[in-house]
Amino acid sequence: MFAKNRLGIVETKFFEFAESPRELVLESGQKLGPVTLAYETYGALNSDKTNAVLICHALSGDAHVAGLHPDDKDPGWWDSMVGPGKAFDTDRYFVICSNVIGGCKGSTGPSSVNPKAARPYALSFPIVTIADMVHAQRYLIDHLGIEQLLCVAGGSAGGMQVLQWVSSYPDRLRAAIPIATALKHSPQQIAFDEVGRQAVMADPDWQEGDYYGKSQPEKGLAVARMIGHITYMSDASMEEKFSRRLKDKDTHFKFSTDFEVEGYLRYRGDSFVKRFDANSYLYITKAMDYFDLSGDKLIKPGMAVSARFLVIAFHSDWLYPLYQSQEIVRLLKRRHADATYCEIRSTYGHDAFLLEVEEETHLIKHFLDKTFRGYDVRAHDV
Amino acid sequence: MSDTVRLDHRTILDIIEPGARVLDLGCGNGDLIYFLAKEKGARVQGIELSEEAIYRCVEKGLSVFHSDIDSGLSEYPDHSFDYVILNQSLQEVKKADFVLKEALRVGKKVIVGFPNFAHLYARLQLCFVGKTPITASLPYRWYNTPNLHFLSVSDFRGFCREKGIQILSARFLGTRRLVRFWPNLFALNAIFVITQPA
Repeated sequence: MFAKNRLGIVETKFFEFAESPRELVLESGQKLGPVTLAYETYGALNSDKTNAVLICHALSGDAHVAGLHPDDKDPGWWDSMVGPGKAFDTDRYFVICSNVIGGCKGSTGPSSVNPKAARPYALSFPIVTIADMVHAQRYLIDHLGIEQLLCVAGGSAGGMQVLQWVSSYPDRLRAAIPIATALKHSPQQIAFDEVGRQAVMADPDWQEGDYYGKSQPEKGLAVARMIGHITYMSDASMEEKFSRRLKDKDTHFKFSTDFEVEGYLRYRGDSFVKRFDANSYLYITKAMDYFDLSGDKLIKPGMAVSARFLVIAFHSDWLYPLYQSQEIVRLLKRRHADATYCEIRSTYGHDAFLLEVEEETHLIKHFLDKTFRGYDVRAHDV
Repeated sequence: MSDTVRLDHRTILDIIEPGARVLDLGCGNGDLIYFLAKEKGARVQGIELSEEAIYRCVEKGLSVFHSDIDSGLSEYPDHSFDYVILNQSLQEVKKADFVLKEALRVGKKVIVGFPNFAHLYARLQLCFVGKTPITASLPYRWYNTPNLHFLSVSDFRGFCREKGIQILSARFLGTRRLVRFWPNLFALNAIFVITQPA
């Protein structure tokens, strides 16, 4: 990648709000405050504040979408899509991403210190929903002085947040790009999440969530992450990546890691526990399972839809299968929303939303250009 | 309007009113709806099966759904569009009668464009050479044709009569201009405007 396509060094900022007595009222009725949101921005907000794009991260993501942190060798999680000249072109758009509440990457979550108790919340942290996460993001957008976002985009749990923006604040966005996501989790998706949660909770180190200052339930969280990774790949992508290749020349005839796929999963599990909080994993997966904008909940009855939509799904994604995106599209058709839908051929499974950069770039670039410049069709033949 | 625009596209452009709501079933690269939006300010939406074609449509600023049209219309309320277009796509769908019925339900009017299988050249080839005809509007060989249905102008008229579908107008296309006489013999393509009386 050429230097000119890079954002260079970026920094995480923090926004604090919802101090007593103006706490954030959650969907459950409980209150949370004060709240900190970790966020990053790239590019410049134009003078009429019409070029702001909010990107929402998935389960294990964070506010660091693109660019480098000092001393880091790897860029942010969607650096291939966000930067000068890229799909979300930071030369044209002001790109924002914040860590969700309930997370562990700088925003208030179960590992944050509860100021009332002077110790980490742990399980006393209230259950948060996708609507609560988006509610908190709206405070940040208000704080940045943005009346209407040009676009809200994201994949997987990030896509749920996109849909939630449409439902909660339909006047606050001009376009929505939900990718590889669903209006609600199927029992299969809930089941995978529950196995992950049970793995965490079965770890003796979990201690009913009260493990801060001691040791994180590493084994349990690693197993949860391993299961997650299996569901993010496809049969074909695993065959391609590992086949039945052995790590060493011969099998060991014992329960060590014989196969490359075993080594990969262990490595992924072990590296995840170093960067992610086990309780956050429980809270965020629960929020995803509670999410349900099916039926009339996405667009309230009688309401006209002004936002434009670009819905993207991937052929080999069996965790968020095509039918779930088609369901979103059906709702949009019924309500006469201006929408485009594309099923991208890919073998990467659910991970495709992070990897099929060329196809996504093509769609998103043109879609955003049209939204930003507000033409019906491009003026000249292409 | 440039001369390079296809005759069938120019013909369809003449049919629709400015600002009409149009759904194009099997819109391909979106050339037709792009043209309708640009020249007539039509509010257009396409449905297309090919992923590659979807990218071409999005480049043009068009809104398209990636879907097959054999199952693509059930969510649209009755008469959602002023026009539903099936140009060179009806002969390629599996259930042509079902797709037409759905198109007539969601569109106040339906524009159907299809290659005429009873064109003179086709008849001659079948009759004297005994081979599957290849004409300007039916350019494929038997083994690579996307067409599943082969129909003539007379077939389509008969179908409409049988189903109680009203033919509002019909235009018949030769290679460069419209055909006036004996369309079932001389038209390469036919474009019908039809509606389902209440």
